[in-house]
Amino acid sequence: MPHDTSDPQQPPHSHLPSDPSLRVKALETILTRKGLIDPAALDEIIDTYENRIGPQNGARVVARAWADAAFRTALLEDADPVLAQMGFNGRQGEHVVVVENTPERHNMVVCTLCSCYPWPLLGIPPGWYKSDAYRARAVREPRKVLSEFGVALPEGTAVRVWDSTAEVRYLVLPMRPAGTDHWSEDQLMRLVSRDSMIGTALARRPDTGGVAGQEGAE
Amino acid sequence: MTRVHDMGGRFGEGRITPEAEGAPVFSTDWHARALAVTLACGALGQWNIDGSRHARERLSAADYTRLSYYEKWMAALANLLVEQGVLREEDLAQPFATEETPALPQHPLAARCLHPEAVAQVLAAGGPAVRDSQVAPQFRPGDRVRTRRPANTLVNGGHTRLPAYAGCAEGQVLRLHGSHVFPDSNAHDRGEAPEPLYAVSFAAQSLWAHAEHPRDEVVLDLWQSYLEPA
Repeated sequence: MPHDTSDPQQPPHSHLPSDPSLRVKALETILTRKGLIDPAALDEIIDTYENRIGPQNGARVVARAWADAAFRTALLEDADPVLAQMGFNGRQGEHVVVVENTPERHNMVVCTLCSCYPWPLLGIPPGWYKSDAYRARAVREPRKVLSEFGVALPEGTAVRVWDSTAEVRYLVLPMRPAGTDHWSEDQLMRLVSRDSMIGTALARRPDTGGVAGQEGAE
Repeated sequence: MTRVHDMGGRFGEGRITPEAEGAPVFSTDWHARALAVTLACGALGQWNIDGSRHARERLSAADYTRLSYYEKWMAALANLLVEQGVLREEDLAQPFATEETPALPQHPLAARCLHPEAVAQVLAAGGPAVRDSQVAPQFRPGDRVRTRRPANTLVNGGHTRLPAYAGCAEGQVLRLHGSHVFPDSNAHDRGEAPEPLYAVSFAAQSLWAHAEHPRDEVVLDLWQSYLEPA
């Protein structure tokens, strides 16, 4: 059997400067000088994930699922065609499964092996999602992790943690908060935090008015 | 055995300190550049996503632990560029170019350079992993299955997506995702070898000595080769 021998004492990356910002700069410079990358394309990629693709996409999907029963059914049955129609598919979201929170079951998403995350719906993952602590602990003690996010689940609610080990990306559909019966999709969107779609928060309560920063955790 | 990246269930980690929801996507400029350089290099087509993940996992345990998230990306990218023959080691030690630095000849792969007008299309297309496969599904939702020992069976010490904590455990098939590219093969340029992929649910009590709650579960996406009937 072949053996994976790639553990040199002096890996190629050791030739780069040690300061991280200079390492990136050195790579970008040599690749640009050889015509392998175009700095304007880098700007475009950064602008895409800073300004155009982010949790507002996922919040739109959740709000529509709350407001439109047929949409919700289709989304839970087979999310990909539904998301494609909204223009929310693409890199790191090629195959999406939406999992629904209920009073009986709370869903929570992690990637213990790296940092898999539904980019087209939530953007680039936050630092805590990529941290060793979250990756190590979410599968073994999800309730303790939730408590650090200010979430305490009722005893009757089971937790199902999804470890993203393949190219399937998971989006949590949080429970719709009570007291929002006649809210429009745009109003509902304001109750959907990023963390509620990862499963480390609940949707915001309507009495917060959906003000950013005020989470709906009990 | 797997490697240091495989940290699910590990003890010794502290509290999680979540950033605010509205925090900047990139906390510093070089994080953004690191992500963008990595994506732009991926467009050169010299490796696949499994090889790229494996390149990060293959960093020495000391480097994996010492380096921050995007530093790992840069280290793995530099290694891949050299291993795949795109750059030479001496390129990485090049001093920064100045106004006076003579221009370099264009690289043979320069024709594949990602330009700004193509970025939106490339990101929207992504890299779907579903394939037609000759391998018939062996399991159906509801079937009991057992995972094998976590190890790449094609390459000793190679890439696998069966985490250590879920090895040799019994669970239940929740759903069949269709046939997906098999990372254990694809990461080593041994072909996509697509096969059925399943979401498999494990009772927390079957994975952990001290599960928090009797009804809690962990679900993993696992390829058919990782499973046997229980």
